[in-house]
Amino acid sequence: MEPIRVHSGLVYPLNRSNVDTDQIIPKQFLKRIERQGFGQFLFYNWRFDEEGEKRDSFTMNDEKYNDASILIAGDNFGCGSSREHAPWAILDYGFKVIIAPSFADIFYNNCVKNGILPVKLTEDETQAIIKKAEQQKLHLTVDLEKQLVVDEDEFNFSFDISDYHKQMLLNGWDEIAVTLTNEEKITAYEERQQIIG
Amino acid sequence: MTQPKTIIEKIWENHIVHQEPGKPDLLYIDLHLIHEVTSPQAFEGLRMKGRKVRRPELTFATMDHNVPTKQRHIIKDEVSKKQMHTLKENCEEFGVPLADIDHPDQGIVHVIGPELGLTQPGKTIVCGDSHTSTHGAFGALAFGIGTSEVEHVLSTQTLGQAAPKTLEVKVNGKLGTGVTAKDLILAIIAKHGVRFGTGYVIEYTGEAVRNLSMEERMTVCNMSIEAGARAGLISPDDTTIEYLRGRRHVPDGEAFDEAADKWRALATDEGASYDATVEIDANEVEPQVTWGTNPSMCIPVSSNVPDPASQEKDYEQDAVQRALDYMGLKANQPIDSVKIDYVFIGSCTNSRLSDLKKAADVIQGRKVDDKVTALVVPGSRTVKEQAEAEGLDVIFKTAGFEWREAGCSMCLAMNDDIVPPGERCASTSNRNFEGRQGNGARTHLVSPEMAAAAALEGHFVDVRKITNTTVNR
Ligand code: SF4
Repeated sequence: MEPIRVHSGLVYPLNRSNVDTDQIIPKQFLKRIERQGFGQFLFYNWRFDEEGEKRDSFTMNDEKYNDASILIAGDNFGCGSSREHAPWAILDYGFKVIIAPSFADIFYNNCVKNGILPVKLTEDETQAIIKKAEQQKLHLTVDLEKQLVVDEDEFNFSFDISDYHKQMLLNGWDEIAVTLTNEEKITAYEERQQIIG
Repeated sequence: MTQPKTIIEKIWENHIVHQEPGKPDLLYIDLHLIHEVTSPQAFEGLRMKGRKVRRPELTFATMDHNVPTKQRHIIKDEVSKKQMHTLKENCEEFGVPLADIDHPDQGIVHVIGPELGLTQPGKTIVCGDSHTSTHGAFGALAFGIGTSEVEHVLSTQTLGQAAPKTLEVKVNGKLGTGVTAKDLILAIIAKHGVRFGTGYVIEYTGEAVRNLSMEERMTVCNMSIEAGARAGLISPDDTTIEYLRGRRHVPDGEAFDEAADKWRALATDEGASYDATVEIDANEVEPQVTWGTNPSMCIPVSSNVPDPASQEKDYEQDAVQRALDYMGLKANQPIDSVKIDYVFIGSCTNSRLSDLKKAADVIQGRKVDDKVTALVVPGSRTVKEQAEAEGLDVIFKTAGFEWREAGCSMCLAMNDDIVPPGERCASTSNRNFEGRQGNGARTHLVSPEMAAAAALEGHFVDVRKITNTTVNR
């Protein structure tokens, strides 16, 4: 997993609440057995029509957002299924940061484990950024160390993240390796509970 | 005297392997369920790092999401076939028990865990599937995890988790005749929204919950995730213990009595407190139908589809309007005027024997409307066999239902069971998201009884208006 410290990039605003993982990556693409290559299917049913042609009505298809690396959306982002294919698709498409007023629990964890920074801002802050990004090309800088989201002139918002998640993202930890340093404790627990091997 | 505790705190404390300030607790996992869709990348991760499965005997795999339900062995989709084959190879390589497509125990992972007695009170249970909350019905702490976490559990049999907040959902009073556990959980989500449970583990309490059967409790706990809660559980009681008696993986004889005493002691103590409580009156719950594209967009069958104009904020108005457009509905339209094309009775929410019996009661001696395609997909091969032993298959087939093999099927339409674009389905599953049952498909969530009634009439109807529904089987 790649560490993330400070990220600057173009914003793509998706002004919808309760964006569920079925929308982020529809089930017909969950049959693959790899982790890579899911970006092409991101928001597939919103981006493409039944013939596989791009839908002009979906703003993500607008060329001006081509290089976007920060996704901002309404509350309860990533609700629904536990599929980690959702963050895999988001990352593979090129997003490194997601901003929303709230995230679904499983999705939030899945992001952190894949080196995507989920940023919780207030409803008002989120709406302000969305409105601006809809009107102009908006670049933001997200500083994980300082826990700040800033743009050139107007925005300077702070956000909360647990220290553990912050360290994981800053260091790009392999969590399994970290847990395995507690191997003796796991064995001791199994002995205590008589979980027989 | 010790501080009174909730069952959630008790299970948590019993499973702490390691604790360190500023870090999530490391919890031991008693049961890890696996299916073909969310596991391949986890096994691949193990292989790449040369890691093993720490406790294959605490791990159990099945195939459910992709499996065909018409003819077991005709899998047209090569990618699906490969995914199932990969699971088989992974289980062989890492020594994990598997109920594959030919195994008599095969079924939806959340149906077979309880059926086999793998699911037990006090256990920590995880699965790479958000409806793992189902197992909470037994007083287990059960929650869905992502594939990275699947890999973590395979390798270490533990999971790092921040202690959750506790939320009591107290259901007072009694459910009326013809009003089901499904209506109850839909009404709770309609009232409190799709994220009131985020960050919490729910415990369902109260008279109406105590009166539910185990299978009804599973329906309720199953949909905890649709309220945002990763886990939802119910303290074990006599209902729980009687359901477990005699199941394959449950101890028997004296060992069972000992286990039962331990299970009883897990129940939330008198006077324990929760971080939050919401209450609902069961007497007021009516049969429910969802009208929109998330499970909180739900109304009693007697009412009308909402009007975007009645929403406060502009983005809320947009959300309602977008849902109406997707669903092909008009503001203020009575929901019971809405005609349907498909009926799906199945999924980990409502595909157990009692669900099928209740639906069969409604349709017995009647015919499915000729414009409706209706199918029943039992949750497991065991459910299918039991239902056939009771002649339910004949009742369904005579009425015009298709009777299928066990699997997830039209709940998420990963196999060939797909609702076509623009068509409308009354479904006993748990998610009415856009495209869930097929690209452009329109899903309305209902109870098995309401789905059966809709199949007969060709549109939604209050099942209580159809005679015979009170016949007890
Ligand atoms: S039946 Fe539906 S919700 Fe349940 S496990 Fe299968 S796909 Fe998921």
